[in-house]
Amino acid sequence: MNYESVIGLEVHAQLATTTKIFCGCSAEFGADPNTHVCPVCLGLPGALPVLNQNVVELAMHIALAAGCTIQPRSRFLRKNYFYPDLPKGYQISQFQSNEEMPLATGGGVDVPTEDGGTKTIRLTRIHMEEDAGKSIHQEDFVASGESLVDVNRCGVPLIEIVSEPDLSTSEEAFHYLTSLHQLLVYTGVSEGDMEKGHMRIDANVSIRPVGETRLGTKVEIKNVNSFRNCQRAIESEIQRQIGLLETGGEIEQATMLYDPDRNILRAMRTKEESDDYRYFPDPDLVPLVVDHAWVERVQNQIPELPEAKRARFAEDYDMSADQIEVLTAGRDVADYFEATVAAGVQSRIAANWIQGDVMRVLNDRKIAIGDLRVSAESLAELIGLIDKGDISTNIARTVFDDMVETGESPAAIVEKKGLVQISDAGELDGVIDQIIADNPDEVERFKGGDQKLMGFFMGQLMRATKGQANPQKASQLLREKLG
Amino acid sequence: MSDDSVFSAQTARELVQGIRRGTHTAREITEKILAHIQNTNPDINAFITIDDEGALKAADAVDQKAAEGQVLGPLAGVPVALKDVLCTKGLRTTCASKILDNFIPPYDATVVTRLRQADAIILGKLNMDEFAMGSSSENSHFGAVKNPRDQTRVTGGSSGGSAAAVAADQALMTLGSDTGGSIRLPASFCGVVGLKPTYGRVSRYGLIAYASSLDQIGPFARTVEDAATLLGVIAGHDSRDSTSAHVPVPDYLLACQRGVDGLTIGLPTEFFGEGLQSDVRDAVMQGVDILKKNGASIREVSLPTAGHPAFAIAAYYIIATAEASSNLSRYDGVKYGFRDEAENLIDMYVQTRSKGFGAEVKRRIMLGTYALSAGYYDAYYRKAQQVRTLIRRDFDRAFESCDLLASPVSPTPAFKLGEKLDDPLQMYLSDIYTVSVNLAGIPGISVPCGIATEGLPVGLQLLGNAFAEETILSAAAVVERELAL
Repeated sequence: MNYESVIGLEVHAQLATTTKIFCGCSAEFGADPNTHVCPVCLGLPGALPVLNQNVVELAMHIALAAGCTIQPRSRFLRKNYFYPDLPKGYQISQFQSNEEMPLATGGGVDVPTEDGGTKTIRLTRIHMEEDAGKSIHQEDFVASGESLVDVNRCGVPLIEIVSEPDLSTSEEAFHYLTSLHQLLVYTGVSEGDMEKGHMRIDANVSIRPVGETRLGTKVEIKNVNSFRNCQRAIESEIQRQIGLLETGGEIEQATMLYDPDRNILRAMRTKEESDDYRYFPDPDLVPLVVDHAWVERVQNQIPELPEAKRARFAEDYDMSADQIEVLTAGRDVADYFEATVAAGVQSRIAANWIQGDVMRVLNDRKIAIGDLRVSAESLAELIGLIDKGDISTNIARTVFDDMVETGESPAAIVEKKGLVQISDAGELDGVIDQIIADNPDEVERFKGGDQKLMGFFMGQLMRATKGQANPQKASQLLREKLG
Repeated sequence: MSDDSVFSAQTARELVQGIRRGTHTAREITEKILAHIQNTNPDINAFITIDDEGALKAADAVDQKAAEGQVLGPLAGVPVALKDVLCTKGLRTTCASKILDNFIPPYDATVVTRLRQADAIILGKLNMDEFAMGSSSENSHFGAVKNPRDQTRVTGGSSGGSAAAVAADQALMTLGSDTGGSIRLPASFCGVVGLKPTYGRVSRYGLIAYASSLDQIGPFARTVEDAATLLGVIAGHDSRDSTSAHVPVPDYLLACQRGVDGLTIGLPTEFFGEGLQSDVRDAVMQGVDILKKNGASIREVSLPTAGHPAFAIAAYYIIATAEASSNLSRYDGVKYGFRDEAENLIDMYVQTRSKGFGAEVKRRIMLGTYALSAGYYDAYYRKAQQVRTLIRRDFDRAFESCDLLASPVSPTPAFKLGEKLDDPLQMYLSDIYTVSVNLAGIPGISVPCGIATEGLPVGLQLLGNAFAEETILSAAAVVERELAL
């Protein structure tokens, strides 16, 4: 039998705020354990949460970017459970219940399909919540049989982005996550740093025979920390479910954990053991009311989104489809490109440089374009030197590397290193005469019709001039003298 | 006011004036009152923790200020004490529970900060029902509080220590908290003034939560004027409490002079019905007559839902326990407080909470957990919230035609120690006239209005619309002045 899979994703993304969601403690990653804490995030008796307005703003940014509807009134609820890294014994989270709405509902994210088109993955909701702390069990400083708790992460602001079960392959899930990541980073809502756990994914997976409209029993895969792992986890879950059905087995509703090292899933709990979180509205927080003016203000702050940018680049600039992808992948790179063009460089040439040398340096050094010591204006100046015939493209590339190192202007580097191109016919004449004198055999063969030797002569000439000969001029003079 | 008062002054205002004029020093007053606490506390058991050192240090600071001619705060040198539900930096805060027996907060509650800024002298922490759950102040890990008016009787609860300390002259004024009557009931039983402000009037930051949507901090004092002074110090918006109101704080002292001429005062029929002891009714009507004599017009009103115990008590015990079951989850032995070591995490949780909480607290946690459980939420919690809305509407309607409502605080005066301990339902009914006030979020006061047959004090409950504390104080001051008990 043929099966199709039905996949929905719940993505937890950490918001790029400096402080936590309900107190003024730093939300920064990597501090010494239990140093970013106060009575509120420690859950001390008597302490009360106060909502960080910046968290709401950022959540609204991604919600509006994804076309969601902002609910005029939403609430925070308490999700009650006991765990040592949950100091209050409950997590404060927005949750869609019958009477309480989350911050945002509806909307969607476009993903590319195999046939080159796009498919919209609908969103159920986007809601805000606080992160829990971290239990530390297996570290060399933890005695055996003991666990330690670091509560720095308690109260770090998260949004949960819940999709409808619109994804039908593990690959689509991967594309969805990539698009969502791009959107989050574009809007400045999240830094999207996977190494710091800025995005964590829960996947709901079920399968059904092709043609069947009812949904199969779903299995939830919890807390996957990379997009590739998520794709692999979903794929292996789909195969596991197909295997079960094919051999007459039955799929049991369960929650699984994915082990990326062994590419296997293991069950955390089954439905019978599912927790009762006793959600109810947090009486310490008043309802969140978002008026129309606030929505409008945030709407106006949303930058051009990836899809619109891709379309505009295709329309406005001379570049390949591949280059459009590379240059719009991040807002910073796209801005850099446009600044280079604005400084007078033809779009095709700017695109070639950025896709080539600029990206090479960024990848080699693992830096963001904002950290590059070559500004868009300096790059344009460098390209201008080629256009003027002052330096060759090859020389320009070595000048670029110098600029990356020193941050100096291209003109200064060319000047200091004496790299100005030799275009002067008188100077080149002497060099060419010497080459002809030194290589009589080759001259003979060239005259006899072996045109390939032109490369040889150019090579000799470039070596003699340390690459500074103007190639057009040199080749023209060579032809004249050899002709 | 007792004749053997340890205070040379009768009110906070007079006491502060005395310090300003050099009639007495803060240290003299503090030493005197600390000695008095030492003498009387073994009988009354109002204090859990006495902070001699901190109090004397604060007193010296006030005297220093006075000597230097600096401006003194409105409570300069005034001896106050706090229900042990309010966090005090560096001073043990127990909630009268074994589970917080060793808990020393690293921060001050907002009201404590405001008291310190007002130059008050904080004497220590007062006994109460564990986690403010109870109506008699017998549910304490540190033993029952005894009523200074009759030591065989309860003080009422849960702020029993706060009422008893004022009644026994162990403090000039105290703070308590009121979730379902926990200020008004002990005030009535001990014959002192106790005010529960409007929800949101006083910041709850640093108040250890019992039921967050009902809890409110309020003052106890010997006089209405002192209660007004203390309320003026602690009231006002606090950015650390999202539920605290952005409402300006009026001059409550001035309000005490206003009188009641022209006010309409409603008597809710349902609060004078079956079960109300006749001597209590007589005392309450004595208070009502005084108001009438002073120019208020009296009319009957009906509170069909708010006045019906089947609705009010039931809704209260569902909402309060539901919130409590969540609020008390943090006492798990992991981070602070009592821990009973065990082989594994679950056993540690179970043993810590089984041994750390008293019976009434555990009863309410279980009730609340049940009310919020999947499958029961709609039948209990949601239904209770609907009843709460109806109760609010009852009061809204009443305040369309009345400025104040007057009623008894409780059907009986203080009962005997141990009398209702084995009958939680009887105990819960002590709050029959008070709980709906918390569900509606409105303010209420208990002001002494007479003496019942056994020589026990009786309080008159006066209720106002939201943020109408001034009207309540003006009427309470009239009753106090005319009665001069």
